Amino acid sequence: MKIVVLVKHVPDASAERTFSDDKTTDRAGVDGILSELDEYAVEEALTIAEADDSEVVVLTMGPEQAADALRKGLQMGASSAVHVVDDALHGSDAPATSLVLSRAIDKIDGAGHVDLVLTGMASTDGGMSVVPAMLAERLGLPHIGFAGELTVSGDTVTGRRDGDAASETVEATLPAVVSVTDQINEPRYPSFKGIMAAKKKPFETWSLSDLGVDPSQAGLSAAWSVVGDVTKRPPRSAGEIVTDDGEGGVRLVEFLAAQKFV
Amino acid sequence: MAEVLVLVDHVDGDVRKTTTELLTIARRLGEPSAVFIGAGYEAAKEVLAGYGAAKVYVADAPELSEFLVAPQAEVLAHVAASSSPAAVLLASTPDGKEIAGRLAVKLESGLITDAVDVASDLTTTQSVFAGGYTVTAKVTHGTPVITVKPNSATPEPAPQTPAEEKIDITLPESAKAARIVGRAPRAATGRPELAEAAIVVSGGRGTAGDFGPVEALADALGAAVGASRAAVDSGWYPHAYQVGQTGKTVSPQLYIAAGISGAIQHRAGMQTSKTVVVVNKDAEAPIFAMADFGVVGDLHTVLPQATDEIHQRKG
Repeated sequence: MKIVVLVKHVPDASAERTFSDDKTTDRAGVDGILSELDEYAVEEALTIAEADDSEVVVLTMGPEQAADALRKGLQMGASSAVHVVDDALHGSDAPATSLVLSRAIDKIDGAGHVDLVLTGMASTDGGMSVVPAMLAERLGLPHIGFAGELTVSGDTVTGRRDGDAASETVEATLPAVVSVTDQINEPRYPSFKGIMAAKKKPFETWSLSDLGVDPSQAGLSAAWSVVGDVTKRPPRSAGEIVTDDGEGGVRLVEFLAAQKFV
Repeated sequence: MAEVLVLVDHVDGDVRKTTTELLTIARRLGEPSAVFIGAGYEAAKEVLAGYGAAKVYVADAPELSEFLVAPQAEVLAHVAASSSPAAVLLASTPDGKEIAGRLAVKLESGLITDAVDVASDLTTTQSVFAGGYTVTAKVTHGTPVITVKPNSATPEPAPQTPAEEKIDITLPESAKAARIVGRAPRAATGRPELAEAAIVVSGGRGTAGDFGPVEALADALGAAVGASRAAVDSGWYPHAYQVGQTGKTVSPQLYIAAGISGAIQHRAGMQTSKTVVVVNKDAEAPIFAMADFGVVGDLHTVLPQATDEIHQRKG
């Protein structure tokens, strides 16, 4: 089987995140990492691969430094990496991102049938959770989103989707797109052996012209939505902090009563 | 006035509060048209009419509920094609976002997710980077597809007698590819839905696994119960109740964090709460920086005392 895992290089959420002058996410002036939620997709692919000797391709689109996210995927155990990098991609919105990624998956598929596309449940920067569904729509593939459990048996993929109202079991025939939640597994850390092996693994870099995507279809100027104002949220003003002297609970309720919650 | 499509979020006709919020927002943007997909329209009718739906599109073919997400996007695209709406509004839930994504591709339209407000000119407001920034945005291409977070508007009744139009469509095979083969309804807790609740009481590592005091205070306040990732990862509370980046994002009037340190992971899920109250043994816990009121103390004594005090005040 051949599994493509989509990964994203994102600003580290534990550091200060900010915007560039053109109101896009600042990706240059900050430390980037493999989006934490994508590690679950990589782990799931590797788990499936270990059982049936599948090939796992990690795929990203993003600026040069996004290659770091692919390297992490290779270090965890993926077989090869594809990086779509092109100046024209800067500022792409979700529709353009899904277009470019769908073409990249088509190209990978052309070099050997893709059975499964795995993604995380959201990126930790934009956090939209829409690209997997958009990809499925563009590729004409079934999509199981927010899977907290996944099994592949023959050409059938079955996922458990935990919703607000119910937990649903969903079944589809491969090839399919599946996004997984952080409940699905415990991602591995790259081993020393994995880190060394990653340096020798196939790593391809594609431009938009390699994918037959016109530069006018991607990037900030092609975006179907535009950001207006970007405002840093003022820090919350310091509240009243009391130390429990035996009456802490009563004091708490006095506050709630003053605010009309009780 | 142009129609504004609102996808009804419901379980067998039991309409969720988010839908009445969306109908309220839709009235600012044009004429609200509810799109009801699935079984149970008779049960939903009164609520949709009560909150201002001027028209209701009803698609109730059984097969629409047999597959995940894709059929709803087909129905919405079908209705959008004939009604040329000013916008399509959906709830920011996993289903809502995935339907929005598919719909945006079908309509070749821009989409905005997780709006906390939509102005009459369709400018949206979003809270991003764990609530660190407020961003306004606007769709500039096609029919704006917008998902709106729960609690973004106060539902206002506006009784209408909606026109009803039945939608019969033949689903393409591509929309019948992810089949729902099993469904286990979540056990009812008797508490409000976490993402929609006006008050949320959450517990973290400091509970040491005992959520009793958290639940008791929540019940005294008529609140929903939430949990930090640390508590969920420890197996103390189900993941469905996790507040944070990988769980639910809540924006209640009052958020009480008990025994939660306040990692970015958690703050991302509750930063837009109106009032924040903190109870933590550790005076250095970062979450105190967000508190409107904080008690440095053990939640196992502070919470029960607060619960008793509320019961006494209620008499």
